[in-house]
Amino acid sequence: MTSQPIAGQPRAGTVRGSSGDADDRQPQKGRRRPLGGQRSNVLTIALLACVAYFLLPLVWLVIASTKSNAELFSTFGLWFAHFNLVGNLRDVFTFQGGIYISWMRNTIFYAVASGVGAAALATAAGYAFAKLHFPGGNALFAIVLGAIMVPLTALAIPTYLLFSKVGLTDTPWAIILPSLVSPFGVYLMRVYAAGAIPDSLLEAARVDGASEGRIFFSIALRLLAPGFVTVLLFALVATWNNYFLPLIMLNSPGYFPLTVGLAQWQSTSQAGSGSQALFSMVITGSLVSIIPLVVAFLFLQRYWQSGLASGGVKQ
Amino acid sequence: MSEIAVARYRPRAVEMPTRKGGGLKRRQAIASYILVAPFFLVFLTMLVLPLFYSGYLSLFREQLAGGTIFTGIGNYVRALHDQVFLSGVLRMAQFLVIQVPIMLGLALVFALAIDSGRLRMQRIIRLSIFVPYAVPGVIAALMWGYLYGRDFGPFAQGARAIGLPTPPFLGNEWMLGSIMNIVTWSFVGYNMIILYSALRSIPTELYEAARVDGAGEFRVAWSIKIPAIRPALLLTAIFSVIGTFQLFNEPNLLRILAPNVIGVGYTPNLYAYNLAFINQDINYAAAIAFLLGFVIMIVSYVVQLGALRRERRP
Repeated sequence: MTSQPIAGQPRAGTVRGSSGDADDRQPQKGRRRPLGGQRSNVLTIALLACVAYFLLPLVWLVIASTKSNAELFSTFGLWFAHFNLVGNLRDVFTFQGGIYISWMRNTIFYAVASGVGAAALATAAGYAFAKLHFPGGNALFAIVLGAIMVPLTALAIPTYLLFSKVGLTDTPWAIILPSLVSPFGVYLMRVYAAGAIPDSLLEAARVDGASEGRIFFSIALRLLAPGFVTVLLFALVATWNNYFLPLIMLNSPGYFPLTVGLAQWQSTSQAGSGSQALFSMVITGSLVSIIPLVVAFLFLQRYWQSGLASGGVKQ
Repeated sequence: MSEIAVARYRPRAVEMPTRKGGGLKRRQAIASYILVAPFFLVFLTMLVLPLFYSGYLSLFREQLAGGTIFTGIGNYVRALHDQVFLSGVLRMAQFLVIQVPIMLGLALVFALAIDSGRLRMQRIIRLSIFVPYAVPGVIAALMWGYLYGRDFGPFAQGARAIGLPTPPFLGNEWMLGSIMNIVTWSFVGYNMIILYSALRSIPTELYEAARVDGAGEFRVAWSIKIPAIRPALLLTAIFSVIGTFQLFNEPNLLRILAPNVIGVGYTPNLYAYNLAFINQDINYAAAIAFLLGFVIMIVSYVVQLGALRRERRP
């Protein structure tokens, strides 16, 4: 499922596409329809039942992470036993010389480096495609659009072979470099720039004698910031969640991201090679690994939603 | 491929007549090339080059005696007769036909319910459905693997408590459904958010008028809202197609738990991985990956075409 993270971005496209009614689309949450009518209890209860399906696995994860390995087997999964969370956390962070901390650091580093890089490249290119004239521009853009369909996994194996020829496998570059390409990011930034930057503003700057570079850096970049954050966020999540690429590219556990590391712990624990505490460690490690992303999502969702909406009003 | 997208997002700059002297045009062109250059540098080295390299590799075959020889389309012919590959593709087609409609249907229903404004706790519900998207696929597969498990999975525990046989989630017959469930759990919320934001960009006046004319919530949803968000639906469908055929994380993780059920070629992507890294048959793996990309492009194209045709109908 490598292509998933980017697709959240159409949000920009959709907000953008409806610029005409953008201002009455700035609702206070859930309150945009004064005449719409009564709240429905039946509908609410039906949806809450569905919510249980989405939350129960996570509830189970939280409960399971408070149990010792033996209690996982001996007590019912959806209720607490002895509170062993602290002991589990200590195991997670100290096992194999604290390698979990390295995995976490690697994950953050790969995700931030790829996210910032991909967003920067996409912003520059997207702006040029949307706002500047140049021969071959449309043809180049069509190529980028075509590339959105290229399945990333079809690329991973040849990329691995190419990287092994130049000695890049089993280095952080092997994860970051392929993650910098985001054709969908370019598409999004083009759509976004087309709406967020008024042509009249660019005209005025040109009349005042500003160079194209200066226009981009001091005017366009500021207006493109919300779009930049969106691409950054999705590129970041894509790298954070990536499993296939690091699985192929990396051999040294010291370079692993959390996904590959935890999967390795899982196969060790399943093989049952004497180290009994592993199940509770995999579970607790999984819980710890998703907390940053869940928190970031809940927090950033508001940020980027409002960012895109305000970008959408601009023209 | 994405004709729709191209057609809809023609650059606005094109409308701007080139009414000024050549100097401005040249300066703009130079600036443009400088701005797109970094992206295309990475694009060429990290996407185009591997793609062509993969195509090149797929035309060769390693010999037992050592050394590689040119076989032309030999690897492709082999793939089209390879039962493991074909059954993997077929399995993904089955997955696509069953799971994607369920996932997108649920996402659409949730999005419409939230957009109707008739829910209490609307914000909490929306975020709760979305939260699984923040869980990496690998972690989701790990977690569900435990939930499905016979030893300490709550389903098995519950079944034992009331004297029923433990449900064979990871058995041969249930496995595909179990994987479908993991993928659905992970991505319903994400698709819902896309559809929901599309719904919110529909001008309210459109259905205020319909309401005044006495249309109920279902009628409004069916006749106004769903047609209005067709582009977003199409987009989610295409991304689901791409995602489905690339399925790897879930089967690879569940394989640890059920090695006898999930074989080397359970999904085409898993097959390519095993060919390349276990069998060391790089050339054949490249051909498989290439064919897989081809299948994805065809199916995405068919989905787009189908949607276009429906749109043209009055």
